[in-house]
Amino acid sequence: MPEKTTLPRSAMNILPLKERMKILRTHMPELDPSIRSHNFEEVNQGLPPEDALTEATRCIACAKPGCVVQCPVGVKIKDVVELICAGDYLAAAAKMREDNALPAITGRVCPQENQCEGGCVLGKKGAPLAIGNLERFIADFERNSGQLGLPSNAPSTGKSVAIVGSGPAGLSAAGDLIQKGHRVRVFEALHELGGVLVYGIPEFRLPKTIVKGEVDNLRRMGVEFETNVVVGKSVTIDELMQYEHFDAVFVATGAGLPVFLGIPGEHFNGVYSANEFLTRVNLMRAYQVTEYDEPVYDCRDRDVIVVGGGNTAMDAVRTARRLGARTATLVYRRSEAEMPARLEEVHHAQQEGIEFRMLTNPIEFIGDQKGWLTGVRCVRMELDEPGPDGRRRPVEVKGSAFVLPANVVIIGVGTTANPLIQSSTPDLKTTPRNYIVADSQTNRTSKRGVFAGGDIVTGGATVILAMGAGRKAAASIHQFLTTGEW
Amino acid sequence: MYRIVEARNVGLNIKQFVIEAPRIARKQRPGQFLILRLHEKGERIPLTIKSSDPEAGTVTIVVQAIGKTTSLLNCLETGDSVLDIVGPLGHPSEIQNFGTAVILAGSVGTAMALPTANALKQAGNHVVFIEGARNTEMVVFEDEVRQASNETYIMTDDGSYGEQGLVTRKLNEMIAAGRKIDFVLAVGPVPMMRAVSLVTGPLGIKTMVSLNSIMVDGTGMCGGCRVLLGKQSKFACVDGPEFDASLVNFEVLMQRNSMYRDKECQSLKYFSEHKDEELAQLRAELANKEDDVAPLQAELAPEEAPHA
Repeated sequence: MPEKTTLPRSAMNILPLKERMKILRTHMPELDPSIRSHNFEEVNQGLPPEDALTEATRCIACAKPGCVVQCPVGVKIKDVVELICAGDYLAAAAKMREDNALPAITGRVCPQENQCEGGCVLGKKGAPLAIGNLERFIADFERNSGQLGLPSNAPSTGKSVAIVGSGPAGLSAAGDLIQKGHRVRVFEALHELGGVLVYGIPEFRLPKTIVKGEVDNLRRMGVEFETNVVVGKSVTIDELMQYEHFDAVFVATGAGLPVFLGIPGEHFNGVYSANEFLTRVNLMRAYQVTEYDEPVYDCRDRDVIVVGGGNTAMDAVRTARRLGARTATLVYRRSEAEMPARLEEVHHAQQEGIEFRMLTNPIEFIGDQKGWLTGVRCVRMELDEPGPDGRRRPVEVKGSAFVLPANVVIIGVGTTANPLIQSSTPDLKTTPRNYIVADSQTNRTSKRGVFAGGDIVTGGATVILAMGAGRKAAASIHQFLTTGEW
Repeated sequence: MYRIVEARNVGLNIKQFVIEAPRIARKQRPGQFLILRLHEKGERIPLTIKSSDPEAGTVTIVVQAIGKTTSLLNCLETGDSVLDIVGPLGHPSEIQNFGTAVILAGSVGTAMALPTANALKQAGNHVVFIEGARNTEMVVFEDEVRQASNETYIMTDDGSYGEQGLVTRKLNEMIAAGRKIDFVLAVGPVPMMRAVSLVTGPLGIKTMVSLNSIMVDGTGMCGGCRVLLGKQSKFACVDGPEFDASLVNFEVLMQRNSMYRDKECQSLKYFSEHKDEELAQLRAELANKEDDVAPLQAELAPEEAPHA
C-alpha cells in the first residue's frame, strides 16, 4: 500500500490549476547533432534544476493519477513530483527508490510516451508531464550529491536467493530481495555487470558509469555479485540449490540469442548481428580503437545498413554513424508508423543524418570473391491489412528488387531465448520456442524454488517491463521463502 | 581475478599455464574451452582447456603466441594473474568406444586433443595419435601424447624430428596399409583440418574437427562465431566447438577468421614495440585488484566440491 506523504503546506504546489496548465513542457537540452554524431557522449544532457522545478509544477496532482497506473513498476509518481515541487530532490529520489531500484537508468531508457506519460492527463490537451526527464533529474541529483537515500534492509531471514543474470530484471529483483532481509547473490555470464544495459544500450544513450553507479548502490545494500559464471555451464541450477544452498533461484537471463534473416550470404565478412556489433562497441569499447583491443569493422567512409525498426536497430545505426560511416541507413519492412522504436530515438536518429528506407526488405547479401560484403539486394514492400498483432502486414511488391551498396550490414530484427539453462535443467518447462514457462502472477516455473521473469519468459521487451517482472518475482520469492509454500 | 599458479615454456612460443579457476575446474570435460580476458582493455579470446584439477581448483591451458593478446599472455609468469576467465564453454567431445580412433593434432592443437585422446583410450578405443609440428622445437607434450595413445607418430614439416611430412601423410599411409579406422578427430590449423576431412570424407570415416572461429561472449549471444555446416548456420561456441568435418565449409571459416587481420597485425606490431610497457601496465592494473580474489576462493574451496 502506498504510504501517505505529508509535506509542509508551504512546500506544496501552490500555483492555481489554471496557471499550472499554462506552463509549456520544458525541453531536454541535447548535444548538437552535428557534434554528437561523431562522438559517444550522452545525447540528453539532463534538465537544469530550475527547469526541473518548473516542469514539476506543471503536475495538476490528479486524484487518480494515470501515470502511476501506467507504470510497470508502480512508481508513486505523484508523490515524487510533489517532493520535487517542494524542492526536496533527495526525498523525491528516495521515494522513487521504494519502487524502482534503477531510476537513473529508467529515466533514460523507458518508453515513457507509452507508459507514465501516456497516462498523464495533461497529454490529452497538450504535452504530458515530462516524467522521464524528472526521474532522471532526481536520480542524477542524488548521485551527484553523494547522499544516497538507500532503503534499509529488514533483519536477516537466513534465506538466500541466487539470481541468474544482472540485467534489469535481475538487478531490480536483487534490490527488493535484499531489503526483505534475504542473502542475494547475482551471477553474470559476462565480465561486466548490467546485462543488456552494458552490452546492448550504447554509451550515448546510457553511460556505463550510470549503470555502474546503480550496481554499486545494490552492492552497498549488501547484494553479492559474481561475474564470469555461465549458469548452465559453469554451474547448474540444481547445483546452486543442492551444493551452494540457495533456497530459491530467479532466472533472469534475457532473450540473448540473435535472430538472423536466413537469407543467402549471411556469412560474408561485414554481416553482423546487432548483438555482436553492439557488444563489440559497448561492452568491449571497440570505439576507443587505440586503447581497447577488441576490434570492430572500421566503418569510416563505409556504407552501413541496419535492418530492423526497434530500439536495438536504432542503437546500431546511430553507433555506426558515430564510428564514421559514410552512409548509415535503416532498412525496415514496414513504414515509420509501425516502427517499435521509441519516438525520441527516431527523432535523434533523424537529426543525426540517419537515412530511413522504409517498406524495404533484404532478400540477399552480396559479396566479393574474397567473401567481403558489397551490397544488399532488397525488395520494396507495401502494407496490407493488419495481422493478428494489429500491425499492418508488409507484402512484397513483385519485381521491385534493387541493390543497396553496403560494406557492413547489421541485423537487428530481434532476439530469442538462450537455451543454456533450459537444456541443463530438465525439469524446467519451456515453450516450443524455448522460453521458460512461468506463471504471469507469481513468476513460478515448473520447478520448485525456481522463478523466472523478464525477456526469458516474455521474449524481447523493454528494460522497464523486465524490471517490473523482477519486482513481481521478488515479491513472490519472498512469499515462498517466508511461508515455504509452493 | 585468476591467479597463475604455474607457468612454463613447453615449446617455441608455446607456454602452459595452470590457473586457479575453481568453478571451471569442477565442471570441465574434454573438448571444452574457456574465454579469457587479460585486463580491462583486453579482448576476450577462446582457449581450449587441456586439463583440470577439481580438488586444487585449477585449469591448465596451453597458449601459442600468435597475436597481441596471446603474446602478452605468454609474458606472464607464475604468480601473475589474469582479469577474467569464464567457462567451461561448448559441448564436451563425444566419447564412446568407436574401435580404432585416430587423432591428428597440429602443434598447440596437441594440448587441445590430449584430454579427448585420454578419454577415448579409457573408453576402450585403440588410440592412434599423430602429432604434427613445423619443427622439433614445436613438438610438444610428447610424453603425454604417448601415454594417451596406444600408437604414436610424430611428424615434422622439415623432418627435424620424428618422421618428415604432414599429419595427413601418416593418415594416408595407414589407410593404404588397409588399417581399419572408425573415428578421426583433427585439431589444428584450418588448412590441416580441411586436408584431413578431404582424406576421410570420401571414405565415410566419422571425422570430427574442433573449430576455432572468432568469438566474443562464448555463450551464443553474438553469433560472430557462426560456421556454415552444409546450408545450416551453427554457432561454434554453443553448438560446437566440435563438428562433423564432412559438413563444415572450411572456406567460409577461413574467410571469417580473416575478418580482423589488419587490426590484428597492427596490434601485434604495436605490442612488439612496447612489450615491456604493456606488461608493466597489466601487472600494475592487476596488483590493484589483489583484494577481489580472496573471498570467492574461500567460499568455493569447501567440502562440497566436486559437483560433476
